[in-house]
Amino acid sequence: MDCRVALCQMRPKLGVFHDNLQAHHQWLDRCFAEDAQLAIFPELSLTGYFLRDLTQDIAVSIHHPQIQELVARSKDGSLVFGFVEESDDHRFYNTAIFAEDGAILHCHRKVHLPDYGIFEEGRYFASGQNFQSIPSKLGRFGLLICEDAWHLSAGWLHFLQGVDALIMPVASPARGIDTDQPELSSHQSWRTLTAAQALFFQTWVLRCNRVGFEDGTMFWGGSSILNPFAATIAEANAEEEELLIHSLRADALKRARMQTPLLRDAKPDLVRLHLARLLQDPDALSAAYRPNPSQA
Amino acid sequence: MTSLPPPPGCHVALTERVLVRFLREEVHRIGMQRAVLGLSGGIDSALVVELAARALGPKNVLAVAMPYRQSHPDSLRLAKESAEHAGVQLEVVDISPMADAYLLQNPDLEDTHQEAVRLRRGNMFSRLRMITLYDLSAREGGLVLGTSNKTELMLGYGTQHGDMASGINPIGDLYKSQVVALSTHLRVPQGILQRPPSADLWDGQTDEQELGYCYDDLDALLFRMIDRRHTPARLVADGFPADFVAAIAERVRRNQYKRRPPLIAKVASRTVNLDYRYARDWGT
Repeated sequence: MDCRVALCQMRPKLGVFHDNLQAHHQWLDRCFAEDAQLAIFPELSLTGYFLRDLTQDIAVSIHHPQIQELVARSKDGSLVFGFVEESDDHRFYNTAIFAEDGAILHCHRKVHLPDYGIFEEGRYFASGQNFQSIPSKLGRFGLLICEDAWHLSAGWLHFLQGVDALIMPVASPARGIDTDQPELSSHQSWRTLTAAQALFFQTWVLRCNRVGFEDGTMFWGGSSILNPFAATIAEANAEEEELLIHSLRADALKRARMQTPLLRDAKPDLVRLHLARLLQDPDALSAAYRPNPSQA
Repeated sequence: MTSLPPPPGCHVALTERVLVRFLREEVHRIGMQRAVLGLSGGIDSALVVELAARALGPKNVLAVAMPYRQSHPDSLRLAKESAEHAGVQLEVVDISPMADAYLLQNPDLEDTHQEAVRLRRGNMFSRLRMITLYDLSAREGGLVLGTSNKTELMLGYGTQHGDMASGINPIGDLYKSQVVALSTHLRVPQGILQRPPSADLWDGQTDEQELGYCYDDLDALLFRMIDRRHTPARLVADGFPADFVAAIAERVRRNQYKRRPPLIAKVASRTVNLDYRYARDWGT
């Protein structure tokens, strides 16, 4: 996979769809002027993050003319952007669209909805149900929206599908200044997380975070590209808007997978057997996954 | 309590960056350029004025000293020093005439030997300062900056609608010990750094005397209790006296009302802030 990637580390306006749409067009103009083949926007890039009741106000269907207007831009280059999707049966999803050649190639509905600490996604969003890889003309991609990336099982499912790159649109809030480290603890966590995903799944990691404040909480940017050896090869600044462009060289994947053939040696059948056994023997599972006694 | 765990620190340069950005973005996004804040001559407001000058430019910050005639002269002197250090304009508004006008109508506020009277007077002065700041805020087209730190907010050590009132507060998530660390980093004048924290609401008042504990111990405990979510048993095991832990936990609980907007009686299907829920930064 040779591919010129652009991470659009932007600051969406909270709940102002139209302005954000215009901003997307401007970012895409810059991306395509610099010959990017794939432009990636952060999580909920068309809406902003701490939406609360705005979730339902700002939701649109994938057929909405303004979504289609943005999808049409993918004639000039593939792109990934985020918004609140309303399904035909009126459920609301935290969705990222992968568009290519003027059409939607894939919609990923965020599966793991954080609902702890400052997060309230479980209150507002329905949960997506799959991790389907994306057969793009540029290579095979796996989409993990923010919290999805905290679950190694999600990345592993993409790994088994042979993805070349994990795309992570995120909206990561800044937390943790109480150590002597010059980086936020949330920044440090994501550094570890992306390196682990790249290392274990031997893929490129393309993580695009947003910047700006919402109600006092800062999103810390620092968008990054890691190679399949888990080295960070490009990183945007923390805190400011920035267009980060980098060319991925195809041979890195091959070299990484020759050096340590993790995909070759993966044992999905073994995992399936164990998982099936575990699911049939609830006592062996962590309490959280045991069936409710009333349902048993 | 000399062997207690240490109070929390912070990475000062990182914290400065986040707070300066916070001020800049949260002021500018609502179409404002300016900010107004009260300077008491203490460390909290001295820190906020430094941050505000960096975030908005010194010309866009109006500092206001609001002495009462019985305020300690050091308060005004240090407020001037602090404004000068930050390079911002200082306006002095003597609140004595308005305070005295109120006191004249309320003779029961004269007996300052009574603790309850001292408290009422202190709250009244604090609210007169709030009135002044909010009026200057309208005159200047500037947002009022809060100067309450996290220790004060957790303990409820502040006046509702007085010093706790503000448009935005850059230091409300910093414990006092972190305020001191950041202030030292920003080279807040020595006289302010070394002055014992005081609301200066009556002669000889100091925070630590009034709170009954020193800030380092309070911060050490609060940080572990609130941020790290250590249980009381763990806190005691780590050396905090059980009665200290219990007293502070209760004080934090009792003052929760000060940290929240007023309760609204729910009768409709959508009620402000309960199930009508929007971010304040909605639309910006």
